[in-house]
Amino acid sequence: MIPWLTPMLEQLFVEAAIETLTMVGGAAAIAIVFGLPLALLLHATDRGGLAQNGLVNRPLGLLINAVRSTPFIILMVAIVPFTRLVAGTSIGTGAAIVPLALASTAFIARLFETAFREVDRGVVEAARAMGATRLQILWKVLVPEAMPGLIAAVTVTLVSLVGYSAMAGAVGGGGLGDLGIRFGYQRFMPEVMASVVIVLILFVQGLQSLGDWLVRRVRRR
Amino acid sequence: MSVSAAAPAPPPAQPGAVTGAGPGPAIDLHDLRRLFTGRGAATKALDGVSLQVAPGEIFGIVGRSGAGKSTLIRCVNLLERPDSGAVRVLGEDLLGLDGTALRERRRRIGMVFQHFNLLSSRTVADNVAFPLEVAGVPRAERAQRVAEALALVGLADKAGAYPAQLSGGQKQRVGIARALAPRPRILLCDEATSALDPETTQEILALIKRLRDQLDLTVLLITHEMAVVKEICDRVAVMERGQVIEEGRVFDVFTRPRHPTTRRFIADTIGHFIPPGTVARLPAPREGEERRLLQVLFAGPNSTRAVISEASRRFALDLDIISGRIDEIAGEPFGLMALAAYGSPEQIDAATAWFTELGLTVTPVDAPTLQTKAEAA
Repeated sequence: MIPWLTPMLEQLFVEAAIETLTMVGGAAAIAIVFGLPLALLLHATDRGGLAQNGLVNRPLGLLINAVRSTPFIILMVAIVPFTRLVAGTSIGTGAAIVPLALASTAFIARLFETAFREVDRGVVEAARAMGATRLQILWKVLVPEAMPGLIAAVTVTLVSLVGYSAMAGAVGGGGLGDLGIRFGYQRFMPEVMASVVIVLILFVQGLQSLGDWLVRRVRRR
Repeated sequence: MSVSAAAPAPPPAQPGAVTGAGPGPAIDLHDLRRLFTGRGAATKALDGVSLQVAPGEIFGIVGRSGAGKSTLIRCVNLLERPDSGAVRVLGEDLLGLDGTALRERRRRIGMVFQHFNLLSSRTVADNVAFPLEVAGVPRAERAQRVAEALALVGLADKAGAYPAQLSGGQKQRVGIARALAPRPRILLCDEATSALDPETTQEILALIKRLRDQLDLTVLLITHEMAVVKEICDRVAVMERGQVIEEGRVFDVFTRPRHPTTRRFIADTIGHFIPPGTVARLPAPREGEERRLLQVLFAGPNSTRAVISEASRRFALDLDIISGRIDEIAGEPFGLMALAAYGSPEQIDAATAWFTELGLTVTPVDAPTLQTKAEAA
């Protein structure tokens, strides 16, 4: 039906798609797990926060900014020793998750922090007046009240991860982006390149729609 | 919140004398001071404020925005820590308590907010359950207490709704139910009706009053509207620039305000407004006579005596009644009248003195707005 889609290319396509999903999903999961406490820490230690502390807030903010401002392709090769330490190797899909997770943790922590900042301060004050502890305020007030913003932040992060994961080819991470470069560009098969792009567009569209739908569901305003 | 606040000061030996017999005050604030330093300028939000609220009383603090009333009410549950002074609630010094003990005490002090401050992600019932949840009340008891609190404010049918589905008045009812769920002894109202329309304001005020009677609550409220004070308060304190400038029974403060700021506040609610044209049409005084505009406030035993005609005869004055009204404050009636007095200056002075002797309050007013002279100065 599609003349250029040989069984071998088809298999490569499926493998690449799985690799992309693995990298994006794995990195996003790690980013959420580490990004949420980081964002809460940033928010709480900020000026006027629940546990205002410049000695924690400023260095943490600086570190996050440093990670965010390093171009991903440079970050990837710069942390190769760390990647080797964590993943046991610096090559392959699993190894690519390490820099992707690092970059997206910094990214999502800032987005989460913004979502927390948008929670009405009056609600936090009311919780304090009712005798809530700081931990109760974090988990029972800030996180649920910021939920629409948190979900939107996850969506944005997932979409950017799809883009970043294309660069993972540089460390042998594979994935759809890598397939597009190797076959579409280096082997002069524009139809492969176009297919990769179309699949990625559909993928991102799907993610965005899912995210928007979830936001609408949890938003009670 | 300032975590870096200085160590709590020890309570003073004598936190101000308590007037009257019986139990001590429910809320006893002594010489509170709080300085805010921001953008170079320092503001004294509280500049030596002392207040006592008796158990079962509805006490109002009125003032313009920036007068310090918001900081003051937040000192009662230590959402805001004073730089110095003493905060005693139900006989206990709060400033000396550690975090855990303070949180436990806060649960006995309900608070209601201007913008309701409900959790938008929770249903009405779950909002009301919040203070019980953080206090570790078991689930079964929680459900029962929530139902009880919602019934108190007449919102039992809205338990499953989200705040966004409610009107302003309903949201404030949820706020009140939430404040009352832990069965506090004290209710703090921070501009509780300022975001509501006049009709809803009346409803909420009536509710607060009923709950005070029903649950024997002590209520401390802050507002910028004298009408709120007139409606439900027993006593009132007027604040300006971090200080209490006048304090007393609501009726007394309304009928005999001493401070110009208080007078201005009261003028908004029970003052006179006489159109300039009316004053312009008043006849000019005759040769050797004077025309003086007076505001006379009738309250107390002589308020029913025919003082106007009596004064007219006694002092050979023409007294022209420009406007008059009867009102009620905290259940006590009073009359307010604007007069144009014509006669010799000596006789007008004598009549004014006689009115004052009878317990009426006479204030000279300036045409055309009938603003009192003290204010115009």
